[in-house]
Amino acid sequence: MNYRNLTLPLAREDAASLNAGDACKLSGPMYTLRDAGHIRLIAELEERGSLPYGLSGQTIFYAGPTPPAAGRPFGAVGPTTASRMDFAAPDLHRAGIVATVGKGVRSAAVHEACKETGSVYFVACGGAAAFLARCVESSETISYDELGTEALRRIVVKDFPVFVGIDVHGNDIYSL
Amino acid sequence: MARTITAHEVADAVYAAIPRLACVLPPDVLAGLEAAREAEGDPRGRIVLDQLVENARIAERDQVPLCQDTGTVWASLEIGPDVLVAGDVLAGVDDAVARAYDEALLRKSVVGNAIFDRTNSGDNTPAFTDIHPVSEPGVARLHIMLKGGGSDNASRVVMLVPGAGRAGIVDALVDCVREKAANACPPLVIGIGIGATFDKVAGLAKRALMRPIDADAPDEETRALEGGLLAAVNATGIGAAALGGAHAALAVRVETAPCHIAALPLAINMGCSAMRRCTVDL
Repeated sequence: MNYRNLTLPLAREDAASLNAGDACKLSGPMYTLRDAGHIRLIAELEERGSLPYGLSGQTIFYAGPTPPAAGRPFGAVGPTTASRMDFAAPDLHRAGIVATVGKGVRSAAVHEACKETGSVYFVACGGAAAFLARCVESSETISYDELGTEALRRIVVKDFPVFVGIDVHGNDIYSL
Repeated sequence: MARTITAHEVADAVYAAIPRLACVLPPDVLAGLEAAREAEGDPRGRIVLDQLVENARIAERDQVPLCQDTGTVWASLEIGPDVLVAGDVLAGVDDAVARAYDEALLRKSVVGNAIFDRTNSGDNTPAFTDIHPVSEPGVARLHIMLKGGGSDNASRVVMLVPGAGRAGIVDALVDCVREKAANACPPLVIGIGIGATFDKVAGLAKRALMRPIDADAPDEETRALEGGLLAAVNATGIGAAALGGAHAALAVRVETAPCHIAALPLAINMGCSAMRRCTVDL
C-alpha cells in the first residue's frame, strides 16, 4: 500500500483530495487533547466565540502520552477512542479544526460536520504507541497543565502513519 | 507449619511486575501477533499487524511502554486452604503502584472518584485488588494485569435467559465485537465469564484473561466453545484495528460456573492487543 505524504496544518484542498481508506503519513504540528481537555476547550469556545491557542486550522490528536523516555518527548503516545470526543468535534470543526486523529467509529454528527466543513478524521493504529512515539519530534504544553496527561500539547510529528477514517464526503473506513 | 503470606511479599511482586508488563509483551501474545501477521491477507490488516509487532520490538528494546495507556492495576491474590494471610496483605499494593508508575515513567490514568471528583490521583492509585480462595493446597498465586480503558469500555455484562443457550452467547459476543471492537484495539484477547451471579460473572471473565493464549482449556467442552467463539469473532472480517482482515481476535478464553435456574449470566471482558498480565507464585 502506498502512503500519501501530507503536511500539517492540513490545507483544505489537501483534505478535499483524500478518500476514506487512504494510507497517509503526516508531518508537522498537531495538538494532543482528550476527555477532560475537550470539556475545557468547549467551555472556552462558548465563552469567547472562537478557538483559543491558535487552534483554528489545526489538527487535534486524541491522545494522552506517557512521560518523556528513551530520549524522546514521550515514551509512548497513540490514539485513544475518538467517539468519546464526539460531543465536541462538530462544534470544533465548525470553529476551524481541520482534522482529528484517533481510533474507532464516530457518530453521524461527526460525519455530517466533516462534510459540512471540509474536514477529515484520521485513524491511527491503537496500541502501537512505542512505534508512533518515534514519529514525535517535539512537545510543548500549551494549556490545561493541571490535567496531567490530558493537558493541551503542541507536538511536531514526522511521517506519522494514519489511514483516512472519514473523508470530506462523509465516507468511512469502517464501512468500506 | 502453614505458609504465611505477608503484605511485603505481595507489594514486592506488584512493584517488580509493573515495569516489565508495561514494556514487554507477554511471549504468548507476541507469538500470536506474529502468527496473525504471517497469515493476514488484508493489506490494511497487514500494515496494522506489522506496526504492532514492530511496536513490541521497540518497546522491549528501548524500555518504553507498549501503549500510552499504561492502565489501571488489577491484582488478585489466590490463596489455598492451608495458606495463612497475615492481615491486610494488600495494604502495600498502592504504595508499590505509585513508586513503580513514577520510576518507570508510566502514565497516571486514575481519577479520585468516577462521578464526584474526576481529579487525576497523580500516582495511578488506587489499584483494584481482591483475595480469592482456591481449593488447591499450598497455593499463593498473584495475578497482575495492567488494564487499558479502551478495552474495558468495550466490555459488557449481559443477563441472558437459559433458553438462549450457546447460540445466544455467540450472538451476544458478535454483537459486542461489531459495536465496540474498533475502540478496544484488536486483535483482541477476549475473556468470557458464563454463570455465577451479576457481580461475579465479570470477575470470571477477567480471570479468564489470565490463561495464556497458547494454553488450551483443560476440558474438551470449554476448548470447543472457545474455538467456536473465536471463529465467529474472526468471521466478522473486522480484523486488526478493525480495519479489515481475519484477525479481530487472537484468542477467546472462557471460565464457567454454576448459576440460578433462571439465569445465564454472560460477561465479556475485552483485552487489547497489548494484553499485559502475568501470574506470580509467591
